[in-house]
Amino acid sequence: MLRINDLHVYYGAIYAVRGVTLEVGPSEIVTLIGSNGAGKSTILRTISGLQRPRSGSITLNGTELTRMEPDAIVRAGVCQVPEGRHVFANLTVRENLELGGYTLARPSDRQEAIERVLERFPRLRERLKQYAGTLSGGEQQMLAIGRALMARPRVLLLDEPSLGLAPQLVHDIFAIIREINQQGTAVLLVEQNAHMALGIAARGYVLETGSVVLADAAHNLLNNPEVRRAYLGE
Amino acid sequence: MQEFLQQLVNGLVWGSAYALIALGYTMVYGILRLINFAHGDVYMMGAYSALFISGWLTAAGAPVAHSPVWAMVAMLGAMAAAGLLGFFIERLAYRPLRTAPRLTLLITAIGVSLFLQNIAQLAFGSEPRSFPELIASSTILQVGSVTLSNQQAIIIAVSVILALALQVIVHRTSIGRAMRAVSYDREAAALMGISVNRVISFTFVLGSALAAAAATLIALNNPLVTPTMGVQPGLKAFVAAVLGGIGNIYGAMAGGLVMGVAEVMIVGYGSSGYRDGIVFAILIIVLLVRPTGLFGSPVTERA
Repeated sequence: MLRINDLHVYYGAIYAVRGVTLEVGPSEIVTLIGSNGAGKSTILRTISGLQRPRSGSITLNGTELTRMEPDAIVRAGVCQVPEGRHVFANLTVRENLELGGYTLARPSDRQEAIERVLERFPRLRERLKQYAGTLSGGEQQMLAIGRALMARPRVLLLDEPSLGLAPQLVHDIFAIIREINQQGTAVLLVEQNAHMALGIAARGYVLETGSVVLADAAHNLLNNPEVRRAYLGE
Repeated sequence: MQEFLQQLVNGLVWGSAYALIALGYTMVYGILRLINFAHGDVYMMGAYSALFISGWLTAAGAPVAHSPVWAMVAMLGAMAAAGLLGFFIERLAYRPLRTAPRLTLLITAIGVSLFLQNIAQLAFGSEPRSFPELIASSTILQVGSVTLSNQQAIIIAVSVILALALQVIVHRTSIGRAMRAVSYDREAAALMGISVNRVISFTFVLGSALAAAAATLIALNNPLVTPTMGVQPGLKAFVAAVLGGIGNIYGAMAGGLVMGVAEVMIVGYGSSGYRDGIVFAILIIVLLVRPTGLFGSPVTERA
């Protein structure tokens, strides 16, 4: 479904992504793990068109996304929940959701999508008129995910959704990610919390200084002594 | 007291025109963090557009001077022309520099300003040109010795209508929501599927059209048009936007009104020599005392 082939990206002068090839199948959860600065976020930014690759290609069901503008990539069906959530703090929760549905043509579609998101995140319903900046961290993460779901993506990119959240909330967020996936959305999950990520993913890629050093089924990675030592703190 | 009230009325009239120009500065700043120094010259081009449109209408036999409808047509035409100009300025001069340092953009804006002034001089000559009388002046309201002319009433009414229309666009429409999103966080906005370039273009068109409306309104009272006429109102509106808190729409409106009243008061009670000086006095005071302006929130630089 989403296919990345021999991607090379420079982040300013830094050679951040060095020939990465990876794939996310339909309704699959795939995780990218690796330490800080390994190039995980750069890959997601490049998929969404925020960063231009030096070379390589990104395709969705054969459609080339590589040179598309970010808005066209959203319309093609790839949405991202960026690291640090990036909700529009000065806008209300409802306005944030409406922006998530910016590519939906009709207001009635938008309304329907909001209802769908509120069913998944009932907490947001009570907060619709509040400014997003007044929400707690967990609620902001739910808003960021709900906002990305508004456009009904075929592939959801999640960048560090557990960052800065209490363990119980991390648990909830991962349960929600699994649920979203079970309803047919493919997920590419970037995480520092390798244990949680490998727990819900079907497959994983381990990234080191911009290159994929390991690619395997998630349960194999969980049992891999190298991975356990480097990323699972054992 | 009555003289004071009269000055206040006159000041609010000028101020509402400044407010319209200030809106363009503040919106572009909100979206691009750019002080668009060419904005005053877009205002000037708006005045020439309105002048030519009124000329054509007169030549075509329309009774321009006797019907506010034709003044309205001239204003809408000038708004469209200036909107187009704003679109092309952004597209040709600023967009190629989207990732350049902000200083580069600022210097480019000054360049565009000089370019427009010189183009106007080349194309229209440096001699002042005069508008036909768009709306014959008459007093429509008198309380004691305080009077309000029909021209003044129109300037205030049209400014209020345009400011309200802008509020509706920014707060009630999808593109307005997108403008606020881009202004707050450009990358997150792009991730929503918003075409950031289109929103930026729209912002320039909107701001430029408002400047042209201000130009037409001021021409009701001050019919002379010259290639450098945009410099002073441009600076004053810029200061108005800073006074209100640049990037803040309500601030620009309030700042414009304050500037207008301050200017008229200084001429009325001080000396007309200080007319333009007061502007910079206000700018210096704001920058010293409250750099974020009346309505501005503390600026946090993004990494």
